[in-house]
Amino acid sequence: MPKSLISIHDLSKEEIVHILDLAAQFEQSPSPALLNDKVIATIFFEPSTRTRLSFETAGNRLGARVIGFSDVGNTSVTKGESLKDTIKMVSHYADLIVIRHPLEGSARWASEVSSVPVVNAGDGANQHPSQTLLDLYSIRKTQQHLDNLQLTMVGDLKYGRTVHSLLQAMSLFNAHFTFVAPPELVLPTEYKHFLHQKNLDFIESCDLLPHIPKSDILYMTRVQAERFPDPIEYEKVKNSYSLTAFMLQQCKPNMKILHPLPRVNEIADDVDNTPQAYYFDQARNGVYTRMAIITYLLDQTK
Amino acid sequence: MNIDNEKKLQVSAIKDGTVIDRIPPLSLFKVIEILGLDHTGNQITFGTNLDSKHLGKKAIIKIADSFFEDEDINRIALFAPDAKFNIIKNYEVIEKRQVAIPEHISGIAKCFNPKCITNHQNVKTRFTTKKGKEGISLVCHYCEKITQTKNLQIISKS
Repeated sequence: MPKSLISIHDLSKEEIVHILDLAAQFEQSPSPALLNDKVIATIFFEPSTRTRLSFETAGNRLGARVIGFSDVGNTSVTKGESLKDTIKMVSHYADLIVIRHPLEGSARWASEVSSVPVVNAGDGANQHPSQTLLDLYSIRKTQQHLDNLQLTMVGDLKYGRTVHSLLQAMSLFNAHFTFVAPPELVLPTEYKHFLHQKNLDFIESCDLLPHIPKSDILYMTRVQAERFPDPIEYEKVKNSYSLTAFMLQQCKPNMKILHPLPRVNEIADDVDNTPQAYYFDQARNGVYTRMAIITYLLDQTK
Repeated sequence: MNIDNEKKLQVSAIKDGTVIDRIPPLSLFKVIEILGLDHTGNQITFGTNLDSKHLGKKAIIKIADSFFEDEDINRIALFAPDAKFNIIKNYEVIEKRQVAIPEHISGIAKCFNPKCITNHQNVKTRFTTKKGKEGISLVCHYCEKITQTKNLQIISKS
C-alpha cells in the first residue's frame, strides 16, 4: 500500500517537521517543475472551494496536471457507484488522489483500495490533516519554533475538527493550552483525557480577554448559530467570543491570530490591520504546505 | 443431595463439546448471536440466572460436538470478559480456556457513528480495543470515533 496522508496521527513528529521544512523550501521557490510527468486527481464529493483551489494550485505550481470533479452531480456516483469502484478507477488514471467526502472514514477506506497515495482533504467531521499541517507551518513561521508555546483556542471547541487535530499535533511539542468556549461548545472529554495522558496542562474558561496577554497564538474558530438548539442562546454568546482590535492592547508582540476561515463575526474588521492578524497569510501558507505533502507522498512511493 | 450434584442437574451434562461458563446473564443472547449458535444444527442447552461465586448470577451454554478457535473465543470478550471455555471429551473437562480481549477486532461490531463509511458502504468494520473506566470501548479504524460497549450492536456470524 503506498504511503497516504489520512489523519494527523499517521505522521510522527519527525515527519511533521520534515513536511514543514519542505513547505519552507517551496515558500522560497514557489514554482519548481518537480512533477512534470505527474497527474493529480482532486475528487470532491462535496464542495469546498477553498481547499480544492489550494490543492489544485499546489499541484499546478509543482508542474503536475490536475484532473477531477468538484461535486458529484455529473458523476457515476449518482448512478450508485461505490466509493471503492470510483477510487479503483481514478487510481489507474492519476499518480495521487486528493479526496473530500462527507462520510467519516471514507478517506481511510479510499487509501486501502487505491494503488496510489491518497490525501484526505476532509472526511466529514473527522480529519483534515493538510489544514493541521498548514496551521503548524503558520505557527512555526510566526514564532520561529513550535516548542512550549502558549496556545489559546477560542470558539466552537466541541465540533471544530481543526481544533481537535491541532491540539493533538501540538501535544507533540509540549504546548500549553487555554480553551475558551461557551458552555454549550466546550472541548469534549476524550480530548481532555488525551492531554492528561500526555501530562500536558490546560485551562478552560468562558472568558477570552484575560487570556490574551499570555498567548503566543490565538486560534479563533467560528461559533455557528446552528450548533445552538435555542437561537436566543446563540445571540447571548456570539459577541462574547468576537475579537476586536481594542482587546489586543495587552498582547505580546509576537502574538499572532489564526483562523481556519471563513470567518463571520468572530474577528472584527479592525483586527485585519493589526500586526497580530495572520489569517490571510495562513491561507497562503496552505499552498506551500500542500506542495510539501504532495511531493513527500510521491517521494515515498518511488 | 450435595451442592455439586445440584449444580450439575441445573443444566444437563454433555459427552463431547464445549461448556461456556461465567457469562453475565444479560449477555447470554449476545454471546449466542456472536458465536452464531442461533443457526447451528448442534444440540445446545443453556441456563441463566444460575448462582455464581464470581458474578452473583451467571449464564452457561453447553454445545455438543462443537469446539471453538481462539479467534471465536475472543469474539465474545466484549460481552463476557470473564467467560471460560471448558472443552469436554467423554464427560471430562480436558482443557479450560479463558477469554482474552483482542487488541483489534474486525467484522463483529457495528460502528456507533451514523456518519461512518462502514454504515453506508460495503466496508468491513475494524476497531482497536481500549480499556477504560467504563469497560472496554472500541476506536473505529475508519472514522476514529469511539463506540462504548453499552452502545454495541453485533454483526452476526454468517
